[in-house]
Amino acid sequence: MTNSIWILLALVAGTLITRFLPFVLFPAGKDTPKFITYLGSKLPYASMGLLVVYCLKGVHITTGSHGLPELIAMIVTAGLHVWKKNVLISISAGTVVYMLLVQMVF
Amino acid sequence: MKRKYLSYAFRQTIPVMVGYIFLGTAYGILMQTSGYSILWALAMSIFVYAGSLQYASIPMLAASVHPMYAFLMALMINARHLFYGISMLGKYQGTGWKKPYLIFGLTDETFSVVCDLKVPNQMSEDKLFFLITFFNQCYWVLGTLLGCVAGSLITFNSTGLDFALTALFVVIFTGQWMEQKNHTPALTGVLASLLCLRIFGPDTFIIPSMVLIMLALIVGYYIEHKKDEQHSSKEQASSIEKISSVTDEMITEQEVQLHDK
Repeated sequence: MTNSIWILLALVAGTLITRFLPFVLFPAGKDTPKFITYLGSKLPYASMGLLVVYCLKGVHITTGSHGLPELIAMIVTAGLHVWKKNVLISISAGTVVYMLLVQMVF
Repeated sequence: MKRKYLSYAFRQTIPVMVGYIFLGTAYGILMQTSGYSILWALAMSIFVYAGSLQYASIPMLAASVHPMYAFLMALMINARHLFYGISMLGKYQGTGWKKPYLIFGLTDETFSVVCDLKVPNQMSEDKLFFLITFFNQCYWVLGTLLGCVAGSLITFNSTGLDFALTALFVVIFTGQWMEQKNHTPALTGVLASLLCLRIFGPDTFIIPSMVLIMLALIVGYYIEHKKDEQHSSKEQASSIEKISSVTDEMITEQEVQLHDK
């Protein structure tokens, strides 16, 4: 239990560092370098791509279900979002499809 | 006045509310089924407040890993927040006492709302930023609470429930894709990460991916900058020509005048 508290504190510290570091390095009073401003305009899109891949890191294409449940559920999620543009429908339908696939089909 | 702010901020956060209550509930259920009490789950959602890290920390808690390992994992999984911070440097300037909380609460979803927030006339930006950040954390904590309660009341096969997280990011990615004409940054993110996942494997690919993305963006910046430079140097060249032609004219005029004398 004591170790769990230390883990909690370590998670808090790690998260705080990643969130505060840019603001500490480039304080408000000073001019932000042009390149950093450029990064700020492009990074949101690149990092969302990284996030999607991060979620799929445990998928093995060569073994098991070959990543098919993930692929199908992602197509359902993205497809519904393009069609309906409703976050609730996209997320819940995608998740339900995935749960059904991994529990009953694969 | 207050009411106007509350309702506008609330409307902006409805998609996040849906996602967070769903994902928070899933997190609460997972914590509950792993044998952690409501207090633990709530403490995580209040003080750590980082969705994917909280999910990843469940097996860490179960295995009672070394806190240093947990710290490094937090840095690695949340390293992408550096990217959000860099993106919000300008907008969070001059937000006063609210700034520390705005930065603390800068999650993937809060970022996606505040980064293209349209501020109506006569409304102050930082008040809206604050309310949006605060509402979002409330949803997350509320969802966690619901999951803990529901998790102890109903037992069902929750295998695959964690896909909600993947679905949320797929939704944000798809939304950004539809809004943007330039898909290079998004493609860079996906392809660089896939490449690094293939080379470095699932446990260590995040940092190399971030490095590769940065390198690609440096190249992109250099190319854009080069264009600007060429443009301005052409302008310079033409203005030098103008100056020299003007001076030439002046010289000939003077020569003519001298000649006349």
